Amino acid sequence: MNIDSIQNGVVIDHITAGLGMKLYKLLGLDTLDVSVALIKNVSSKKMGKKDIIKIDADIDVDFDVIGFVDPDATVNIIKEGKLVNKLSIDMPKTLVDVIKCKNPRCITSCEQELQHIFELTDRENKVYRCRYCETKAN
Amino acid sequence: MRSVIDILDLTVEELEELISTALDIIENPSKYAHICEGKKLATLFFEPSTRTRLSFEAAMYELGGNVLGFSESNSSSAAKGESIADTAKTVSCYADIIAMRHPKEGAALVAANNATVPVINAGDGGHCHPTQTLADLLTIYREKGGFDNLTVGLCGDLKFGRTVHSLINALSRYKNINFVLISPEELKLPSYVKKGILVKNNIPYEQTTDLETAMPKLDILYMTRVQRERFFNEEDYLRLKDSYILTPDKLKNAKESLSILHPLPRVNEISVAIDKDKRACYFKQVLNGKYMRMALILKLLKEAGTI
Repeated sequence: MNIDSIQNGVVIDHITAGLGMKLYKLLGLDTLDVSVALIKNVSSKKMGKKDIIKIDADIDVDFDVIGFVDPDATVNIIKEGKLVNKLSIDMPKTLVDVIKCKNPRCITSCEQELQHIFELTDRENKVYRCRYCETKAN
Repeated sequence: MRSVIDILDLTVEELEELISTALDIIENPSKYAHICEGKKLATLFFEPSTRTRLSFEAAMYELGGNVLGFSESNSSSAAKGESIADTAKTVSCYADIIAMRHPKEGAALVAANNATVPVINAGDGGHCHPTQTLADLLTIYREKGGFDNLTVGLCGDLKFGRTVHSLINALSRYKNINFVLISPEELKLPSYVKKGILVKNNIPYEQTTDLETAMPKLDILYMTRVQRERFFNEEDYLRLKDSYILTPDKLKNAKESLSILHPLPRVNEISVAIDKDKRACYFKQVLNGKYMRMALILKLLKEAGTI
């Protein structure tokens, strides 16, 4: 399967197979008015299978979102068809308004103006918990 | 502004300081009788509570201060849709310190983030209830002389029981504590407490559904109520509410030195017959709660430079 190379934009590579769609949604790529390709289950020597997202526009992607969904992903910045920067991602300590707390007893469920804040509480197991009620993020 | 939302907001040294102040209050009440004169505590209770609200109010009165507030959300602007943030900012203009209870988890943190006076969490849903833990700690301290080398049985609703989670958090910082977790399968201690506190700190614990088998080894038995308000489903509540009822015959194999605690109110989980047993400490706990709340109010007002 061939997807054309991009001239100016961002390629999110080495996404764990199966996480591409979650990343696509959380990055809000479905709302962008530019060419975006989500390629699933690409053969990879290192990973066996991986997902890739290509965004054909010079946009700022939210590294915190990528770090939350898949800290093993890499971000390649493309300018004039060339790779100008390759970034590895770390797990963010805090996530603000990226995901919502699903605990119906949490204060965020009724106070509409509150930010949904999650904090990294267990790096080894990639566990984030709601700052308010400590419910684990899914 | 220093607030207390979670028992972990207080270090072990601060817990010892609060216990020491509470013991001094017990010994010398007159020394503290006017210390908060002219100061006001706002009790913002968005859900019903007899004990905790009255305990806070009694604590402030015994320090010479005054109290204002409300005891249900219908009598506050929350009924008109006011946010907790706005309520906290507003009340900060009237009071020197706030004690707040709210049915939603994290509500006290929201208040603390917006208030300009100290906020004490008087219970936020099933999440935290630090001043109950302070009452528990003073009771254990007065009964046992310390916190080391204790086997603590926690019985009943360990899933939704916020007092249980806070007590485990507090006691896990002391030496040679063992926990025996006694509950029905459906109300077992959540894994985040088990893994996040007990496993992480290598604290020995065992889980069981059988209270009587566990009884002989216990130094402390902390009973809890299965709370109707924590269930979405009435059927589940009715099925589980009578899971563990402590009666005199169940104490047959208990140590003479056992201390029975309960955060109260009880429904039927401790038989009234136990009240006469010298091992029953739950009404002492109520009194100790007032002393610890006095100590905490004093500490926070001092730190805020109010007194």
